[in-house]
Amino acid sequence: MKHTISVLVENHAGVLSRVSGLFSRRGFNIDSLAVGETDDPAISRITIVADGDEHTAQQIEKQLNKLVDTMKVRTLAPDELLARELQLIKVNATPSQRSEILTICEIMGAKIIDMTANTLTIEISDSTVHLKRMHDLLEGYGIKEIVRTGVIAIQKGSVTIK
Amino acid sequence: MIRAAEAMVRCLRSEGVKVVFGYPGAAICPFYDELYRSDIHHVLVRHEANAGHEASGYARITNKPAVCIATSGPGATNLLTAIATAYADSIPLICITGQVSTDQIGCDVFQEVDITGAAQPFVKHSYLVKDAAMLPRIFKEAFYLAGTGRKGPVLIDVPVDIQNTLIDFEYPETVSMRTYKPTVKGNPMQIKKICEAVENAKRPLICAGGGIFLAGAEKELIEFAEKAKVPAVSTMMGLSLFPTDHPLYLGMLGMHGVKSANRAVNECDTMILIGARVGDRAVKSPTFLAENKQIIHIDIDPAEIGKNIPVDIPLVGDCKTILSELAEKIGEVSHDEWLSELAEIKNDIPENEETEGFINPKVFLRKLSDRMPSDTVCVADVGQNQIWCCNNYGIKEGGRFMTSGGMGTMGYSVPCAVGAKMAAPEREVIAVCGDGSFQMQMMELATIMQEKIAVKIIVMRNNYLGMVRELQTKGYGDRQIAVSLDGSPDFVALARAYGIESERVSTMAEAEEKIEKLASSDKSYLLECDVYSLESTL
Repeated sequence: MKHTISVLVENHAGVLSRVSGLFSRRGFNIDSLAVGETDDPAISRITIVADGDEHTAQQIEKQLNKLVDTMKVRTLAPDELLARELQLIKVNATPSQRSEILTICEIMGAKIIDMTANTLTIEISDSTVHLKRMHDLLEGYGIKEIVRTGVIAIQKGSVTIK
Repeated sequence: MIRAAEAMVRCLRSEGVKVVFGYPGAAICPFYDELYRSDIHHVLVRHEANAGHEASGYARITNKPAVCIATSGPGATNLLTAIATAYADSIPLICITGQVSTDQIGCDVFQEVDITGAAQPFVKHSYLVKDAAMLPRIFKEAFYLAGTGRKGPVLIDVPVDIQNTLIDFEYPETVSMRTYKPTVKGNPMQIKKICEAVENAKRPLICAGGGIFLAGAEKELIEFAEKAKVPAVSTMMGLSLFPTDHPLYLGMLGMHGVKSANRAVNECDTMILIGARVGDRAVKSPTFLAENKQIIHIDIDPAEIGKNIPVDIPLVGDCKTILSELAEKIGEVSHDEWLSELAEIKNDIPENEETEGFINPKVFLRKLSDRMPSDTVCVADVGQNQIWCCNNYGIKEGGRFMTSGGMGTMGYSVPCAVGAKMAAPEREVIAVCGDGSFQMQMMELATIMQEKIAVKIIVMRNNYLGMVRELQTKGYGDRQIAVSLDGSPDFVALARAYGIESERVSTMAEAEEKIEKLASSDKSYLLECDVYSLESTL
């Protein structure tokens, strides 16, 4: 089962290594990890997507809380979160294929940010499921390279984690 | 303005540090230069791991963070085993390491190692100091972190140029960390629930762990057990919480524990785990165990609750306040039937066979503990000697037993005993080790002589790494490899070479005389006991 966990940490050197080190040391499986400053530059927010059963999820939360630099840990329930991931895709595109791909991009809400004679570079930001669909649609043209940020997530509605 | 190195020493003095354990080197020289000018007593170890173990022994007796010091690179990596050992047993240490100059960090210069990176999985927290002005706050935080909540080692890595920087010094009086607030008081609802559960239980049992020492809750534990009339077993780290002959006490549980304790564990209907983390050696199949009994788990560390065993009533908080509240609130209860049942099991002690021309370590340790003063500190090493000690060295009221329980670090006993003796010079301190483990720490005999302290050492010599040999015999078709200790020196001659009085004993008839000598000597003394090579652990 996938768990999306938001962690607020002190924005110190070495914090990220403590967090990622914890996952490897305790044998927790990490799917993705994204980190960035919050509106308070002294605090960073890490979004982790991890795989494991309920017991593992509880342990992840508790062990993260034990790190001295951790301010807050919240596991976001799947129905209360909005999750996004940014992906850059470089796909083969002959001149005759371009308009087809352009249509896909339009429908899927993606943007073309670069092109050469034989390739298009596409930017898309959406849920993991949506990105998978995009991947399937483009696969036939020959994907040359994919870069993805990892999921970031926020709660629906007016609630916040601070 | 003062040199940051001097500020470091002043920080230690502000924390009341009187003794430090360490080994100097180039990258920590400015700090040592300031130690030279201070009244802090520095104990020179003969290997950095021992600095950590000695600080561990000191910390366990004083129940305050103790300080160990090493230089950069190999000095720091040598300290790692001791840091991991302290982490596994939640012992509060302040580990200070020198580091290469900040402008050289990352260049792989002489004696450079990323020690905060290397130690990261087994420190409570660590600091690589990059701004000298932060040192006072870092020290304040480090002592606070090491000694509160679930205790543990904190590493402070200080580059040599930082030590030489001039700073304005003011030691913070208070510490406030927005990210670290350990829970101290137990939830009153949960306390009430526990009282009810214990009152309603027919066969309740306390499992007391090392966390009770760390909380300084020894008295509160006994008070609660006696008032609630609940029998108790202990983990290895919880040994000596109860005197061995306490009527409610049944001994150590687990794979190396005693029958009475394990039967009690299997037959109880309610188990109250206090300051114990249900390690695999204590409880082999926790899920199975929890199936037919109610589990109550009291611990300062929320992450321990539910980690290894499913829990019915969890309670996070400081054992001392919780146990005194429990003792106060628990109603009139009687578990007479259960207690008399257990009393029968407790008296069922197996006879020990004696092998001609050898010391039976189990009988020997019982005789030794009979003779020693009640407040003696006994430190067991790791291997067969540890289990012999756990199950046979009798603890009297006020006595203390210590060992490396979580990590099982060989070479722990002598340095830990040195640290304990420095902390409590008036108490007798004995280190019990095997001939394998002794050879991992025998350099510390020099420290004992240099410090002129009276640490008593027992070396159980069976010319084998006995516990591994036993494992190979039972689990690997008796294919013995790398367990024979042929080539070991004459330990008596070795000790004498250091100037330590030493003797060998190989018959039980002589044992009492030697024990008398050991107990009555006011100097350090090493006794080598010849043990039958196939002597069993249990």
